[in-house]
Amino acid sequence: MVSIVDYGIGNLLAIRNIISKVGGNAVITDDPVVIRKSQKLILPGVGAFNYGMEQLKKKGLIDVLNEEVLMKGKVVLGLCLGAQLITQKSDEGNMPGLGWIPGRTVRFNSEAGLVIPHMGWAEVEFVKTSPLWKGIDEARFYFTHSFHFELNSTEYITGVCNYGYKFPCSFEYKNIFGVQFHPEKSHQFGMKFFKNYLDL
Amino acid sequence: MRRIRVIPVILIDNGRAVITRQFGNSVYVGDPINAIKIFNDKEVDELIILDITSKSKRQEPDFELIGKLASESFMPIAYGGHIMHIGQAERIISSGVEKISFNTSLFNMPETVQEVSRRYGKQSVVASIDITRTMFGKLKIKTENSRKSVDLSIKECVNKLTGLGVGEIFLTSIDQDGMMKGYQYHVISEFKELINVPIIASGGAGSIDDFRKAIDAGASAVAAGAMFYFKGSFNSVLINYPDQKVLTEKLYNRI
Repeated sequence: MVSIVDYGIGNLLAIRNIISKVGGNAVITDDPVVIRKSQKLILPGVGAFNYGMEQLKKKGLIDVLNEEVLMKGKVVLGLCLGAQLITQKSDEGNMPGLGWIPGRTVRFNSEAGLVIPHMGWAEVEFVKTSPLWKGIDEARFYFTHSFHFELNSTEYITGVCNYGYKFPCSFEYKNIFGVQFHPEKSHQFGMKFFKNYLDL
Repeated sequence: MRRIRVIPVILIDNGRAVITRQFGNSVYVGDPINAIKIFNDKEVDELIILDITSKSKRQEPDFELIGKLASESFMPIAYGGHIMHIGQAERIISSGVEKISFNTSLFNMPETVQEVSRRYGKQSVVASIDITRTMFGKLKIKTENSRKSVDLSIKECVNKLTGLGVGEIFLTSIDQDGMMKGYQYHVISEFKELINVPIIASGGAGSIDDFRKAIDAGASAVAAGAMFYFKGSFNSVLINYPDQKVLTEKLYNRI
C-alpha cells in the first residue's frame, strides 16, 4: 500500500485516482501510524514552499517522515512542490526544506524573457536510466511551476526539461525520488510512470 | 519543439454542458462527465471548466459535480464559478483540481484570490477576464457573465491582477464567443504588453490557424469551446480535438 501524505495541500484525489487506474492501492493520510505501515510514500504538492513546510510542521509529520525515509529507507516520491520540499531550501520562502537531498529550489531564471510560470506539456529528456522510465517513449509530461530544483551534484539527476534553458526535472537519490512535473495529470505517460513506481 | 497548450472549455449551466454565443443563447451539448471521458481518450492538454449557472440558482460551487469531474480527468483542470472563500478553493483543490479560476471574485473578494496564491502558488490562480468593445470602441471588462461592468482600464486591471498574485490570464472576448471566426488578436497583444504571465486566448476559435494567430499575437496557450463541440457543415454536436500529429504539423512547427 502507498500512502499519499496529506498535509492539506495538493490535488490528493487525482493521485489516488491514477494509482487505482493502474491497479495500485493508495490511501490519503496524515496519520503517522498509517504512514509507518505503508510500503511507499508519495509527497504530493500544488502550492507554495513556505506554506507546504508550515503545513508539514503543523500536522506534526516531519519527524515521522524523516524517520521513515532517512532511517528506515522507505521509498518516497515527491511530486512538484513535494519534490522541491525534499531539497534544503527555496527561493520561494525562508523556511528550510526537508533537506533529504543536497540541493535547493530556485526561481526560474526569466532573463531570457520567458513567460513565468512555465505551464504546459513538455518533453522530458531521460539523462539517466531509471526504473521509473521503463516503457515510456517520447515522454511528454505536464508542468506548472515558477521554481525548479537544482542539485549540488548532477549525478542524481535522471531527467531534464528545456524551457529557455535545460533544468533538472527528476532525481533519484537512494530511496528518494522526485519529479517537477505532474505525472498524475499526464495521461498514458503518467499511468506508465505510476505503474513503474508501484513495481519498484 | 515548443508545444502550445490547446485547451477545451467546458461551460456548465445547471449541471449540463453548454455552448454560448456572445455569452447568451446557451445551447445544450451534453453531459460534462461524458465530455471529460472523451477528452481523456483524446489526450487533451488541459481543461477549463466554468460553472456559469446564474447566481440566483447557485450560491456556491457544486462540489459533488466537481469531485466527479476531477476523478474522471487525467489531465490538468482549472475550475471556476461561484468561488468566493478560501475554504471553497481548498475543497476544490483537494478534490483533484490544479487551478482555481476567478472572475467576479477578482474584484469583489480579492483577499480570497491572494490567499489562494499564497497557499497554492501563483500557478494555481487563473484570472478569467471577460472583455467587450463598447459602442464607442472602448474595451470594457465585465463580470457576472457580462452582466456587470468593471470600472478599470486595461492597465489598471493588469496592475491589480499582478498585485493579487495571479499566475495566468484566461482572456475571453465576449463579442467573439461562440462565433468561430477567430480571436480578438489586438486585445491579446494589449494584455501581453502589460503583463508577463501566460495568457490563454479565448473566444472565437474556429480553426488551428486561429490558434497560430493568437500565439503570434502574444498568447501562451489557446482555448476553444464551440470548435471542439461542433463538427461538420451542419454544426452537429460531436466532440473533437486535433491529434498530436496535426497539432505538430499545423501549429507547433509554424510558431
